[in-house]
Amino acid sequence: MYMKSAYEIRDKYLRKDMLPTIFCPGCGIGSVLQFTLRAIDDLGLNQDEIVWVSGIGCSSRVPGFVNFDGLHTTHGRALAFATGIKLANPNLKIIAFMGDGDAAAIGGNHFIHAIRRNLDVTVILINNFTYGMTGGQVAPTALKGLRGTTAPYGQFENPFDIAGLAVAAGANYVARWTVFNYLQGINSIKKALSKEGFTLVEFLSPCPISFGRRNRMKTSPELIRWYQKITVPLAKAKKMKPEELEGKIVIGEFADRDRPGLVREYREYIKRAKKMMGWEE
Amino acid sequence: MRYPFPVGKSDFIQGDEAIARAAILAGCRFYAGYPITPASEIFEAMALYMPLVDGVSIQMEDEIASIAAIIGASWAGAKAMTATSGPGFSLMQENLGYAVMTETPIVVVDVQRGGPSTGQPTLPAQGDIMQAIWGTHGDHMLIVLSPSTVQEAFDFTILAFNFAEKYRTPVVLLTDAEIAHMRERVYIPSPEEIELVERKLPASEEEAKLPFGDPHGDGVPPMPIFGKGYRTYVTGLTHDERGRPKTVDAEVHEKLITRIFRKILDHKDEIISYEEFMLDDADVAIVSTGIVSRSAIRAVKILRERGVKAGLLKLNTVWPFDFDYIEELAERVRKIYVPEMNLGQLYHLVKEGANGKAEVELIAKIGGEVHTPMEIVERVVG
Ligand SMILES: Cc1ncc(C[n+]2csc(CCOP(=O)(O)OP(=O)(O)O)c2C)c(N)n1
Ligand code: SF4
Repeated sequence: MYMKSAYEIRDKYLRKDMLPTIFCPGCGIGSVLQFTLRAIDDLGLNQDEIVWVSGIGCSSRVPGFVNFDGLHTTHGRALAFATGIKLANPNLKIIAFMGDGDAAAIGGNHFIHAIRRNLDVTVILINNFTYGMTGGQVAPTALKGLRGTTAPYGQFENPFDIAGLAVAAGANYVARWTVFNYLQGINSIKKALSKEGFTLVEFLSPCPISFGRRNRMKTSPELIRWYQKITVPLAKAKKMKPEELEGKIVIGEFADRDRPGLVREYREYIKRAKKMMGWEE
Repeated sequence: MRYPFPVGKSDFIQGDEAIARAAILAGCRFYAGYPITPASEIFEAMALYMPLVDGVSIQMEDEIASIAAIIGASWAGAKAMTATSGPGFSLMQENLGYAVMTETPIVVVDVQRGGPSTGQPTLPAQGDIMQAIWGTHGDHMLIVLSPSTVQEAFDFTILAFNFAEKYRTPVVLLTDAEIAHMRERVYIPSPEEIELVERKLPASEEEAKLPFGDPHGDGVPPMPIFGKGYRTYVTGLTHDERGRPKTVDAEVHEKLITRIFRKILDHKDEIISYEEFMLDDADVAIVSTGIVSRSAIRAVKILRERGVKAGLLKLNTVWPFDFDYIEELAERVRKIYVPEMNLGQLYHLVKEGANGKAEVELIAKIGGEVHTPMEIVERVVG
């Protein structure tokens, strides 16, 4: 695969006047942003027909840095806003860039319902196990025992498996990678952007500042090594016993199906309504 | 264009139905909602009509999502509305503030019922006046309209869309369970009879680059809707004229918020509407809004028959509030009575407006019944 230089991608897609970004050194959000832009570039998508939507959090700041139409909304609500944008103008392609707290805690309900409706949107989800922007509180994805400022003695609750949740709720495409799996990541985003309906690519992404520091992993390389240790590729996981998978996170492609998206369903609904009312000529 | 209901003639319909039909005639093509008594009939009517006019009607997972969806739809270029009642309106407050901050034209209908909390779901009240004006956080400005008849529910819905588009602002239509469920004769005009306002779009690249600027000097920036190649960034964070976040810059914040206030307050005369009944020579004034105004009109007539020089000021716009006009009124009359279906909300505004120039007395009633005319009369004659 030929890779354009990062500078080329930057110059083509970022808002120069907004740089530098707010992201800390070693943060994984920039990498995931790069993957997303590369996917858009590889697919040759029209920049004017893509809208970026986000909620609140470090990851949600991404739409501000990219030169596209963008809606930076309220905490957790990005997909609800996206529903309005997409249904009001189905020609627009929507990318929702979200954090794990944003998507699965305060926005959990919008998340599962957007999937249930099969809203045509590609969600790029930054899972850093923490609330980065507010300084390192535990997120609903935090594995048991991980520390955050609101669980100083180690998380005692069970974590959400966001990708698993999305598969169960009916998403058309679901994949999870770490920022280290960049080729798989870019390919997954490309696939996600090419499909109708709800598509999700989740990335385990280092947050050395709010998360790593509190969990004895002060630098991004340490976090990536840890991700390598705790992740198991899907094919391998299938052969493992549940006990062996305890505390591990499976990565790979979890769903790839073609249920009709919300836009298509609504178009059919309009036709049905007109027919039932005898409006069809 | 074909309409799913008769136009250019009168019909005998409920308030909720009137609002739905008015919205369609106003050009609303996106409705998102969550069922709640006594607003559900608005949603049910929209669900029936919208697909037939190629619009969208969608049932969201809650009220937070409903208002979020209509804001999104508005940025995608659609005229959009949601409707709810007290508890749902509370859930919408965060995003109502977002709509104020991002200057998004939307219409939010709040069909008031008895509260607080789940309260009296089927009974009317006027307990959300404060919530409509000041429910969201931070300094903000929006428009609140309040009809007192089914015809007004229809007319003010069209007005609400026109104000929303003209001033790029959320507009709240504050009705109540009584108007929602009461049937009255309503004239449904044909489209040619209705004057519609459409939002200002950027006339040039230059204008599009300032989605939160003031290129026309009226405080209302043209709205670069999504998908036109303008690449607009919209954020609820404090932002400069170009839409770039400037969260710790006091000057930018002050400039933005004062413009959001100014674009509405500078056009107060056009936005604020009220009706006077027998107020010219009045000695006693009744100030009311919404459904209570109907009892108040009757009360004024009875009082006149009894030799009391009473008059009524019926407020169609609840916010912005014309404090100066109330002060003028207070200078002319001896006493002002404020009958309302709560324990005193409009009363506070009127009292502030009266500024001590006349005594102001609250005629409160809660529990789910509109004041009878005699209840008002008796309080006035003591
Ligand atoms: C209604 C509301 N509640 C709380 C907050 C405070 N807040 C801002 S960002 C955030 C969490 C961000 O975490 P996450 O979504 O995981 O994103 P990250 O910053 O880690 O990328 C919270 C709780 C808010 N802005 N709004
Ligand atoms: S706090 Fe964490 S997620 Fe936020 S920018 Fe810093 S490293 Fe990234």
